[in-house]
Amino acid sequence: MKPLALFIIIPLATAFLIALLGRRIKNLGDVLTNMAGAGLFILACSIIPGVISHKVLTYKTGNWPVILGSSFIVDGLSMLLLVVINLVCCLVMVYSLSYMEKYTDKWNYQALFMLMIAGLNGVILSADIFTLYVFLELASIAGYVLVAFSTEAEALEASFRYTIIGSLASVCILLGIALLYSFTSTLNMADISLIIASRSQQGQLLNFVSVLFLAGFGMKAALVPFHAWLPDAHSSAPSPVSATLSGVVIKTLGVYSLIRIFFNVIGTSSNLLNCLVILGLASMIAGAFLAIAQNDIKRMFAYSSISQVGYIIFALGIGTPLAVLGGLFHLLNHAVFKSLLFLNAGAIERVAGTRDLTKLKGLAEKLPLTSSTALFGSMSISGVPPFAGFWSKLIIIIAAIEAGHPIFALIAALVSIVTLVYYLKFQAGVFFGALPSAFANIKEAPLTMKMPMVVLAVLSVAGGLLLLPCCREFLQSAVKAVLS
Amino acid sequence: MKNNAPGMTLIVKVITRLTVGLILLYGFYIVLHGHIGPGGGFAGGVIMALSLIHLMLAYGKEAVTKKIGRRRGIMLSSIGAVLFLALFVSSSVGFIKFPVVPGGQHIILGAGVIPFYDIAISIMVGAGLYTVFLALVILITERDEQ
Repeated sequence: MKPLALFIIIPLATAFLIALLGRRIKNLGDVLTNMAGAGLFILACSIIPGVISHKVLTYKTGNWPVILGSSFIVDGLSMLLLVVINLVCCLVMVYSLSYMEKYTDKWNYQALFMLMIAGLNGVILSADIFTLYVFLELASIAGYVLVAFSTEAEALEASFRYTIIGSLASVCILLGIALLYSFTSTLNMADISLIIASRSQQGQLLNFVSVLFLAGFGMKAALVPFHAWLPDAHSSAPSPVSATLSGVVIKTLGVYSLIRIFFNVIGTSSNLLNCLVILGLASMIAGAFLAIAQNDIKRMFAYSSISQVGYIIFALGIGTPLAVLGGLFHLLNHAVFKSLLFLNAGAIERVAGTRDLTKLKGLAEKLPLTSSTALFGSMSISGVPPFAGFWSKLIIIIAAIEAGHPIFALIAALVSIVTLVYYLKFQAGVFFGALPSAFANIKEAPLTMKMPMVVLAVLSVAGGLLLLPCCREFLQSAVKAVLS
Repeated sequence: MKNNAPGMTLIVKVITRLTVGLILLYGFYIVLHGHIGPGGGFAGGVIMALSLIHLMLAYGKEAVTKKIGRRRGIMLSSIGAVLFLALFVSSSVGFIKFPVVPGGQHIILGAGVIPFYDIAISIMVGAGLYTVFLALVILITERDEQ
């Protein structure tokens, strides 16, 4: 029927059915969420050929004309994000089967998680700027609750901080949308960009709107001056939630919306691109150095997310086609290996009962699979060849040199070495050394937790294959959508 | 005046008793006329929820929570949402055709699917708002949960 609407209907229907019946029927949530996750991923893969051959797929709600109704559009960029989101969602739902057993109301978690996925898919699909805002709020609010899901003191505090900063970001975005609407009298993104391009006298309003959007989406993406909420929120959430938050939520709500609004709607200027380069560099450096000092595994990963999102924003700020390719490729890779690392952290925390680097030691012999997948993730994120992370960072650095920023390229390469340093600290602290007697009896995580980790580990190597000529069209169509 | 019963004074209770039905009725009116006048599912649902909250403020929480507790609120809200999605899917596939009578939009069965959307939304919004109110004002301990 209408495959694009299904991206929102399936998760919403799953969420409300679980909320309705989850308490009564045991395992209903497990079955429904896994079916929905797998179905969404297959659906996302099935639209790839259509988007590559037709450039854009459109779905009009109720057959209203695009300008009047709220329509859904998929172009190359949306397709890339849809595949990433639904891949991570599908694997995380499998992982949650046994990980979330320790919580009494698992069905609540599943319903909220599906609501968040509906919000994320909606943000990606929506063709008008206000629908984007509505879905952005849906995903954010579900995220606030999921962070507080364990109801421990630190989780509640983190969630409260996330709520405050997230609401501030939403206010900035909403004000920006209102001003843009008053300026152009339309909410449809394509229309807005046409009207802005046709006005010769633009005044200062667009600059003000740009600043509002940069601050709003910057807060959602946790760029450095706005990053204070992220380490707490991502480290105190349950591990599958952290994997989703770090893997896809900050990228969808922050990076994707930023690209969409600035590259496709308002239009970029050299000032804006310079801002993005500076924000990217600041996030890259600050995130990496703050991560070295952490002793909590998940906090370290959270700071590392700030640093890696810095790479993506830096690449977008350079703005050449090669740099955008590198940025989007890094976005995809980061979603894969950061989810993998958070799932590893969850497996470690589950068996060892702690995630403090000073207490963990020598787990490699007891957890062979977790330790090898974690090695894959760590090497990929640090940019060691031949892992996927190496190729994306290489492209970003080459693009920076080509665009005439050799110093920035050098900084990006050095930060990559710093990344290697703290991931080696993680590896050495958790997996190497003599096993303490306290951990003598621990066992590897169950199969449903191992399977997603293995799949993600394979993808963190195989991701590099996307640069081969036969698969390159997948990334190229996204780059074309950004720069068109 | 001495008043040992829960809730507010007799004056408030009497006024509430007289008005609460009217408020609920007005909510229904807004929902059912949403497609031809101002308002609709959301506004009507809010008014319906407010009538319940009004009752709770005047007579104490027991008067209402005995009938509609938190769980039932969540259930009603989910039913509304599922109903809305089911209507959307079935009408956009063409599984159910809702009649559109030219000039007959003032009757419920003459304005296509919109009045039914309004009804589903009003259930969801009304129950949802009421449940949010319960969650904010009534302290629930773990023992109550079981």
